[in-house]
Amino acid sequence: MTGATYASVLGLAASVVLLAAVATLWRRSLHAIVRALAAQGVALAGVAAVLGLHHHDPGLLVVALLVLGAKAVVIPLLLTRVVHVDPTSRETQPLVNVPASLVAAGALTFLAFAASRAVTALVPTTAGRLIPIGLAAMLVGFFALVTRRKAVSQIVGVLLVDNGVALVAFLATAGVPLLVELGASLDVLLAVIVLQVLAIQLRSRLGSFDLDQLTELHD
Amino acid sequence: MLVLVLVVPVACAVVCGIAPWRRALGWLGTASASAVLVLGVALAASVVHGPAVTGMAGILRADALSAFMVVVIGVIAVLATWQGVRYLDGEIAAGRCTPRHASLYAVLVQAFLATMLLAVLAANLGVLWVAVEATTIVTTFLVGHRRTRTSLEASWKYIVICSVGIALAFLGTVLVYLAALHVGGQGPNPLDWTALVRESHQLDPGVMRLAFALLVLGYGTKVGLAPMHSWLPDAHSQAPAPVSALMSGVLLTVAFYAILRFKVIADGALGPPFARTMLVIVGLLSLLVAASLLLTQRDYKRMLAYHSVEHMGLIALGAAAGTPLAIAAVLLHVLGHGLAKGVLFLASGEVLLTEGTSEIERVPALLQRRPLLGGIFGFGLIALLGFPPFSLFVSELNMLRAEFQVGLGWAAAVSLVCMAVIFAAVMSHGRHLLLGRDQGDRRLPTVALVAVPLIGGLVGCAFIGISAWPLQPLLHAAAGIVAP
Repeated sequence: MTGATYASVLGLAASVVLLAAVATLWRRSLHAIVRALAAQGVALAGVAAVLGLHHHDPGLLVVALLVLGAKAVVIPLLLTRVVHVDPTSRETQPLVNVPASLVAAGALTFLAFAASRAVTALVPTTAGRLIPIGLAAMLVGFFALVTRRKAVSQIVGVLLVDNGVALVAFLATAGVPLLVELGASLDVLLAVIVLQVLAIQLRSRLGSFDLDQLTELHD
Repeated sequence: MLVLVLVVPVACAVVCGIAPWRRALGWLGTASASAVLVLGVALAASVVHGPAVTGMAGILRADALSAFMVVVIGVIAVLATWQGVRYLDGEIAAGRCTPRHASLYAVLVQAFLATMLLAVLAANLGVLWVAVEATTIVTTFLVGHRRTRTSLEASWKYIVICSVGIALAFLGTVLVYLAALHVGGQGPNPLDWTALVRESHQLDPGVMRLAFALLVLGYGTKVGLAPMHSWLPDAHSQAPAPVSALMSGVLLTVAFYAILRFKVIADGALGPPFARTMLVIVGLLSLLVAASLLLTQRDYKRMLAYHSVEHMGLIALGAAAGTPLAIAAVLLHVLGHGLAKGVLFLASGEVLLTEGTSEIERVPALLQRRPLLGGIFGFGLIALLGFPPFSLFVSELNMLRAEFQVGLGWAAAVSLVCMAVIFAAVMSHGRHLLLGRDQGDRRLPTVALVAVPLIGGLVGCAFIGISAWPLQPLLHAAAGIVAP
């Protein structure tokens, strides 16, 4: 891969990760939100694959396949099963409405660029310059987590944060050691399974995915 | 030997998972916890004066600090699994728990122990992260084991908040890795703790500052430090008593252990002031939050949970002081708090089982109606409030002394004010629970099965308070690792 193609393909894949995160704020249908998450998984695997090809690192290609399997296929499938329990459920009333959320996503992206100067200074490579995009995707995930009120969108929020961190890890260090990567992927997968089971139990207890009803425990 | 420490609980989990449920399997869990404790003591004896032990191709490593944590985990696990037998008896008798469910509980408790042990024995900071994240996953189902609406709510908040917190810790770990790669840490394992400590003075300060802040926030979520503590009172009050005892008594401090390990690296890269400032901020915030919320508590399990927030704040302040004396006191406090809080959660589980409510208002005059259980509860509160002869008195005193020595006297003064408020709040709740006016004749004897481990725990806590001799060399060696 020549330098110019490498830079543009990597930039494209990283941007798709952020765009997919923003798309989860924009869409109201839970199906569409899960699809955006799957798209983010594909883009994240793309980043790992491009870096693997560029650095001639077969380990990273294996990781790319793992990410593709877990984050673009298995996890979205698990979430689709949750959505199917109550197909009419939509994110109708987020705490911050959609246009304001999109403005906030823009502001968070600026914040990410400002906050990551110390890191980008240390990694003056093509990949290093893209690190703020990963941080921005993570911050958008936080935002989704605190403003969205359905169980499914909260799980997606957790995964957006996780994918954003994973993107930073790929761009900054071309991936953490394989052993840690394996452990981390397994943890995420198990966490999603636990969240899926809990979401379905919540649905059967509360009659909806609405987390606003979770107010029994307080001081 | 390191591998064996992990194999014991894993093997026990497998047995509990395969064999059909019977009561003896509960006792097998206690046997496994005791084996961990014995192995932990043996480990401590071998590393206290000698070099660190490694195992499993360098993935595991134990120095005095790890060995001390293994001992703490072992002690609390023995108490909690012992009481676990009683918890399952009660749930099965009340028809809330099927045999399959009981097996699941036994398997998860052992898996919980194994993940905590892996966290404190990991040589690699990435593996440490994987293990701490795994504790969240395993304990979520344990928090929701009673499957009530409130316990479901607690487990949801718990896993969502802790997963996000731990994601921040992962980002922090990645940044440390980046800084290590940058100084040519190409060794076989750049995330190896010993290698990082060796190179710590070369690590890029800008990146390390960001990394340590993220790590304190991330692992701090699991420690229950304010402002990331909001899951803690819910999860600790809803979980079955033995699980609360393990979560409050050891899981919080296992997460704090991770912060201590990173503090050594951050101190090398940035000098002590940065880590000190971070820890003072979160420590004081935790104390303030605990003091203000304890005043209005109506639920005794939530009261105990907020009390954990207070103690984690004290530990953070002690670690902020960072002298060898302070770290030794922090570690002694970890053990003392684990014992006292473990005993209190187990006793509160027994109260909940027999009285059917966790509201302070509706459980009066415990001392009169159930002298033994009330007495244990009372002595537990006295231990937790830092009275002699219990070890928390010694450790709190030494932490405060160390804080004054390094110029954190103002923080120590603020913490003393908070402790006074908490003291008053807990005393008034405790007075109602223990003395109060007896409104009926609900007198119940306390089963020996319950009383033995609880009294044992309190006696242990008093014993190490009066004479720390068996622990002195170990505490000294462990403190030397964090504060050379």
